[in-house]
Amino acid sequence: MTSSAHVTLRGVTKVFPASDGGPGVHALGPIDIDIRKGEFFAVVGPSGCGKSTMLELLAGLTTPTEGEIEFEGKPIRDIPEGVGVVFQEDACFPWLSVEGNVAFGLRRSNLSADEKARKVAAVIKMMGLSEFSGTYPAQLSGGMRQRVCIARTLVVEPRLILLDEPFGALDQQTRLLMGDEVLRLWRETGATVFLITHALDEAAMLADRIGVMSARPGTLIDVVETKWPADRDSRIVERENFGALTSRLWKSLRDESMKTMGRMGI
Amino acid sequence: MKPTQIYQIAIILAFVALLEVLCLTKVIDKITMPAPHFILRDFFLMIIHGRYFHEVGQSMFNVMIAFVSAFVIGIITGTILHAYRLVRDVMDPLFATYYAIPVFAFYPLFIMIFGLGDGPQVLIGYMLGVVAVIVTILNGLDRVPRVLKKTARINRLSPFQTAIRVTLPFCAPFLLTAAKLALAYAFIGVIGSEFIMARSGMGYEIGHAYTNFDNATMYPLILLLLLISIFMNGILTAWEKVLLARRGQA
Ligand SMILES: Nc1ncnc2c1ncn2[C@@H]1O[C@H](COP(=O)(O)OP(=O)(O)O)[C@@H](O)[C@H]1O
Ligand SMILES: [Mg+2]
Repeated sequence: MTSSAHVTLRGVTKVFPASDGGPGVHALGPIDIDIRKGEFFAVVGPSGCGKSTMLELLAGLTTPTEGEIEFEGKPIRDIPEGVGVVFQEDACFPWLSVEGNVAFGLRRSNLSADEKARKVAAVIKMMGLSEFSGTYPAQLSGGMRQRVCIARTLVVEPRLILLDEPFGALDQQTRLLMGDEVLRLWRETGATVFLITHALDEAAMLADRIGVMSARPGTLIDVVETKWPADRDSRIVERENFGALTSRLWKSLRDESMKTMGRMGI
Repeated sequence: MKPTQIYQIAIILAFVALLEVLCLTKVIDKITMPAPHFILRDFFLMIIHGRYFHEVGQSMFNVMIAFVSAFVIGIITGTILHAYRLVRDVMDPLFATYYAIPVFAFYPLFIMIFGLGDGPQVLIGYMLGVVAVIVTILNGLDRVPRVLKKTARINRLSPFQTAIRVTLPFCAPFLLTAAKLALAYAFIGVIGSEFIMARSGMGYEIGHAYTNFDNATMYPLILLLLLISIFMNGILTAWEKVLLARRGQA
């Protein structure tokens, strides 16, 4: 792994303007962090702290109110080339088959039809969806649909993959297995992965580094290095320092989560 | 066949049988309505001899023009309106009041402007349908999940491509509903206008037969009209079923 910065955030802040001209919602920042090339970076934080906002900033879907984001040395304007996103919500197109959904990612590429079909088939196989390529999303489980979305993102071979709580709706066993797959994909593609999650164990199991965010407006209150080997998998949870890692994350997050709960009146 | 379908067919057959009995027992006199089996006989005679094919063809052509133009223009207008919040907010209440306008009242005016011909009839059919299409498509576009629009942006689709490849396909069930409405309104507009004032066409022939007590023409034509409109509606409904089943909404 090289340690050169792939993504750089400097003083990145997002304030959503209020529709009635009021003070607006300070959702995020200021955030300062370098995400290294090829790194698996996870972000954990209480709900509503601005995690999805941070991802949308990286994806170029929204612009920072203040600060600067660079991807591969160039400031992000509009949608940067080479960035793939898997959203928190189900983003499958219900009118397209699995194959059609995955091929959608390639519609802009100038590959020949043959090459496109081969690529789509390869990614579908990699995601274990081969026997479902003609199936429509409504006939698939939530986990399968999320795989379709991941496949649609991977087919364009992004150099930076942004994942927003991609396993949030899945049961614990499926999440662990999907985690293994994301690790495998990360190794196979060599891409930089930015994963948002609310599950501390998931972050601890998957990431090279974990950014811990404060309650809204989200700022990074801790960045934890896991020092796991690159060929890790879900069995890493058996290691004794795994527990120490999650408890460190929890210690940082506990107070912040309580702030959020207090605000929501729970 | 599903039990519900069997019941539906049974209800229709029972209704026809009841009419047959009422006609044969002269509860309904034959000047009002011939017995269903006579209507059927006249219907087949009309088909075999190809009578009124030209008139029927002309009316169906006008229905199709009214239907297609209301559908296409309605979808384009709706899609553009949806992109401009302010215009849409201005137009929404106007659309709601539009239904209160008796479009047929303008028919004499259209005849004065365009002359007695196909134009005014098609215009009435179009006007009845287009707003229903716009309202339906706006309703569908409101339901497109934000995440799908974000996916379109991530895939760098232009607003036009987003409409063609993401938002309108998502709205396909609404498009079919809109098509059904536009079709029904096209039939009502065109046939109704012919009925009121025209020189030819299916509606004109039905009206003409009516004033001449020509039941042997009127009822077969009405039956043909029913069959055509039910058939076309059936195609759209079957298509809708396939679509909804695919999306797990059936
Ligand atoms: N488009 C928007 N307009 C106004 N406020 C927003 C918008 N998007 C998010 N927010 C607000 O910003 C805060 C952070 O949201 P989000 O990034 O989705 O949090 P998280 O993903 O960490 O749960 C929330 O208070 C949310 O209500
Ligand atoms: Mg979120």
